[in-house]
Amino acid sequence: MISKKMIPLFVLLVVVFGYSCNLAFAQEAPAEVDTRLFHTGKIWIFVSVILFSYAIIHSIYHARSGGNIFIRRIAGLEAVDEAIGRSTEMGRPILYILGLGTVGDVATIASMNILSQVARKTADYETPLRVPCNDPIVLNVVREMVKAAYLDEGRPDAYSEDDIFFVTESQFAYAAAVDGMMVREKPAAVFLQGTFYAESLILAETGNSVGAIQIAGSDSDSQLPFFITACDYTLIGEELYAASAYLSREPMLLGSLKGQDYGKFILFAGIVLGVTLELVGITWVTTFFQEVK
Amino acid sequence: MEVLGIWVAAFFTLCIYSFLYRDNPFYRFAEHLFVGLSVGYGIVFSIHQGLIPFAWDPFWEAITKREFMGLLKLIPIFIGLLFFARVVPKYSWLIRYPIAILIGIGAGRAIPNVMDARIFRQVYGTLTPFGQIHAGALGFFEIFGAILMLVGVICTLTYFFFSIEHRGAVGGISKVGIIFLMVGFGSAFGNTVMGRVSLLIQRVDFLLSDWLRLI
Repeated sequence: MISKKMIPLFVLLVVVFGYSCNLAFAQEAPAEVDTRLFHTGKIWIFVSVILFSYAIIHSIYHARSGGNIFIRRIAGLEAVDEAIGRSTEMGRPILYILGLGTVGDVATIASMNILSQVARKTADYETPLRVPCNDPIVLNVVREMVKAAYLDEGRPDAYSEDDIFFVTESQFAYAAAVDGMMVREKPAAVFLQGTFYAESLILAETGNSVGAIQIAGSDSDSQLPFFITACDYTLIGEELYAASAYLSREPMLLGSLKGQDYGKFILFAGIVLGVTLELVGITWVTTFFQEVK
Repeated sequence: MEVLGIWVAAFFTLCIYSFLYRDNPFYRFAEHLFVGLSVGYGIVFSIHQGLIPFAWDPFWEAITKREFMGLLKLIPIFIGLLFFARVVPKYSWLIRYPIAILIGIGAGRAIPNVMDARIFRQVYGTLTPFGQIHAGALGFFEIFGAILMLVGVICTLTYFFFSIEHRGAVGGISKVGIIFLMVGFGSAFGNTVMGRVSLLIQRVDFLLSDWLRLI
């Protein structure tokens, strides 16, 4: 006999299982046979990933061996403590929205890392943390991460699985439900971190109207303007990826951030070199970037 | 039936728009119905587009047609089933395996695409006009545009260096980068707002024309 409490769980599991089956076999559809084990057309991407990985691993080892790594101030992240403190003082929940991304989206992964750091603080302050999810797989990952954060802080008793819940996969139904939550629960702080589409302004405006301090972050170029206009702080593009390192100050993440900067420096040098050579009629740098796929 | 559909659509349009005034029972009704319908649709969709064609049918075919190689598909099915481990607290840790696999696959698929589309394509696009400048194929404004784009790229890239302090020359360059970013965002904002206004016009047109038949 299935109890009433089991019905939402059953619904969730059907969606998760169906979705995971879809993910697991979705690559079956194109029946094109290719016997190559190695895609030679992507060799330069492979080389770039190796070089990039080397820079990151080297920086991680440097950080772990006690090397000092400077990270510049990121205003939006300085405000995280302020937002959590405000929620705690007002006795209102924090609403953390991960957007519409899946676990395959880099922004969603970055957002989950930030959530983990936020959860550590809410565990300490016993501030309710509400996380409405759009994707059932993301829901499960988030539950694991938040649970681990509460365990790490020695507060497993403060963790409430019911506060991290599945709403719907439909974009605007999700936006309508989260808007409704905002006006009814009146969260003191709203985090909008991850992949967003047309619902971004609907969410950010509603959060603004209930007087919540809002910290947004996304790599969705087309949605960032809305966050900048409607939120108190906005993490722009890569600042979202840097956030977890900034908040945690863990050597591994700091090293990773430093490694990414090395990668950017190489690109920077590549652009300057490429422009200089193009102006004197030498095109090999441009040709290289053209042929890299 | 068509008239009924128009009335239902108009009613729910007004229910949702009533949120602009404040939260109210009509909005709540529309919100809950919308969420419920979308979840119901999502479940049926997952069953018909995921569970049956990708899990049940191949498995059943392998059994009935005795194609035992088809049973290899039991491996990903088993991995998917590990999501159910959450139901049993003692084995809930098993859920970490499908999660790890999905994140690994997701990151593995995303990284090469991101590097291609967001890094190499963009650098190529930045460099190309300078070859045309050398060939004398660009006019004054096009050359100005190419230089402006290069300055924008370099300044914006500088803003995203996290491990150097943004003071002095670096601070100045990154501030110029922020200006470029804001100009870009302003342009995107205006463009999208125009798109949203056209959606509003479409909806008002539906209410006035299809529903009230005033125009």
